[in-house]
Amino acid sequence: MKRNWALTPYLIWMIIFIVVPLALVVYYGITVNTDSGVAFSLSNFKRFAEPIYLRVLWRSIKLAIISTIICLIIGYPVAMILAGNSFKHKNVMVMLLVVPMWMNFLLRTYAWLTLLEKNGIINSILGKFGLPMLNILYTESAVILGMVYNFLPFMILPIYSVMSKMDYSLIEAAEDLGANSLIVFRRVIFPLSLPGVVSGITMVFMPAVTTFVISRLLGGGQFTLIGNLIEQQFLYVGDWNFGSTMSLIMMVIILISMLFMNKADGPERSGGLW
Amino acid sequence: MDESVIKMFEKEYGVRVVYDTFSTNEDMYTKIKSGGSNYDVAFPSDYMIKRMIDEDMLEKINLDNIPNYKYIDQRFKNLEHDPNNEYSIPYMWGTVGILYNTTMVDEPVDSWEILWNPKYSKEILMMDSQRDSIGIALKLLGYSLNSTNPAELEEAKTKLIEQKPLVLAYVVDEAKDKMVAGEAALALVWSGDAVYGMLENPDLAYAIPNEGTNLWFDGAVIPKSTQNKELAEAFINFLNEPEIARLNAEYTGYSIPHVEARKLLPPEIVNNQAAYPEEHELDNVEVFVHIGDMLKEYDRIWTEIKVH
Repeated sequence: MKRNWALTPYLIWMIIFIVVPLALVVYYGITVNTDSGVAFSLSNFKRFAEPIYLRVLWRSIKLAIISTIICLIIGYPVAMILAGNSFKHKNVMVMLLVVPMWMNFLLRTYAWLTLLEKNGIINSILGKFGLPMLNILYTESAVILGMVYNFLPFMILPIYSVMSKMDYSLIEAAEDLGANSLIVFRRVIFPLSLPGVVSGITMVFMPAVTTFVISRLLGGGQFTLIGNLIEQQFLYVGDWNFGSTMSLIMMVIILISMLFMNKADGPERSGGLW
Repeated sequence: MDESVIKMFEKEYGVRVVYDTFSTNEDMYTKIKSGGSNYDVAFPSDYMIKRMIDEDMLEKINLDNIPNYKYIDQRFKNLEHDPNNEYSIPYMWGTVGILYNTTMVDEPVDSWEILWNPKYSKEILMMDSQRDSIGIALKLLGYSLNSTNPAELEEAKTKLIEQKPLVLAYVVDEAKDKMVAGEAALALVWSGDAVYGMLENPDLAYAIPNEGTNLWFDGAVIPKSTQNKELAEAFINFLNEPEIARLNAEYTGYSIPHVEARKLLPPEIVNNQAAYPEEHELDNVEVFVHIGDMLKEYDRIWTEIKVH
């Protein structure tokens, strides 16, 4: 009983800040305002099935998948090098990865806005060396760049934390048994690092698929993502019902993708941030 | 508002003024509507004044208590949202127009059509604001920017989709900085942002196209929650003392509807054609009207344009 009592404040906190808001989102999501008052209706779900909204959803998922893959390709080797014994300044490197995260996310994205300008810093340096100009601000590439830049640490850190806890004797055993380094990686290191990879993918994909700041700032408002649509419903149109419907759909998509990732992770997960 | 003006009022009337600011009309509306506050004076924009009148949130203002009302330019009286001048006193105003870089644009900027000119491909900044961007497309097509006619809106949508390949970005606050930095040739902006841009970069100029534009303004209103209506009226009257109105205009940088105070302003502000356009430039202007549920239709159109 004593233990239950100690849980009470957390329970109250969770009810007020998680359960109640969620219930409100569900309530708004499955109702509409009519002249005679609030009525149950799934019409907003039907509205979401229209091609324009599905196109936005598809674009959000596509950009999030691309960014997640790029983060994995860049992040995995970095995590491996950091976790390896050959790297001396490991802590400095981890620190350098974490420090930018102390800064406000919005500020970092604004910084790219200035860096990528036509007459911005990157182009004036390129110009000095007679290199061709880089005109990617307000394109899809800029949005992906923004996502990769902002979310890369979320890929590296879980993989790194799993890898650094890896039992090194397993690798030695594999080597003793005659495996070359490729086989060691494929049969030992990679399977052991999988829990980190899974939580890395989840932690990059989730914020990437719901972001609205990056697409607005670096995409110049031309790459409307699902997050932008939701924001617009709440802040501008005042259609809380449609906004809630979209949020519900997003939550279901994220839940499904998490279930899927958990399955891939297998029963004996051992680490990571999740 | 210039807070020294508030100090002066406090001194003259021996009262203490509580001054709160809100980032949008909607925020202020919510605060007043939800009760619990008892503001004596508020300064919403045109369409919000209309909404508050419709919802019976405002007191009628007794103009006998506001003798300085005589200084207000006739053009700002009897407007659609408050046809009999019963509920609001004009306070500040501005327009929507084109801010352009004179070193990049060499033809006259006198039509919205210039924002559809392929010569300026990827040099055009549009406003990421549904009412403004759809509004100017409607104006270009010769319709009202308050149109709720589906056929007209459809035409405006086609026009904006046609423009999309030429647009560098849809922005709001960044437009003035991008223009100052020479990142684009033309931008759709509010006159206040244009004044800022022109002060920062002398190559910039502002134009209101002949087809007309949106004229917006804020007015002083007295919410029903007031507990001291006469003092509220005294405050509004005080703000319209020529010298006080001048101080306030210089501080905020916005345009004022006050004839006498305008004469007191320094020439660089009065002669700035973004802040105080010529009479003929305002021939075809319109004020936004609260369009109610049609806002959802505008949202759908805007989404279609941006997703295209």
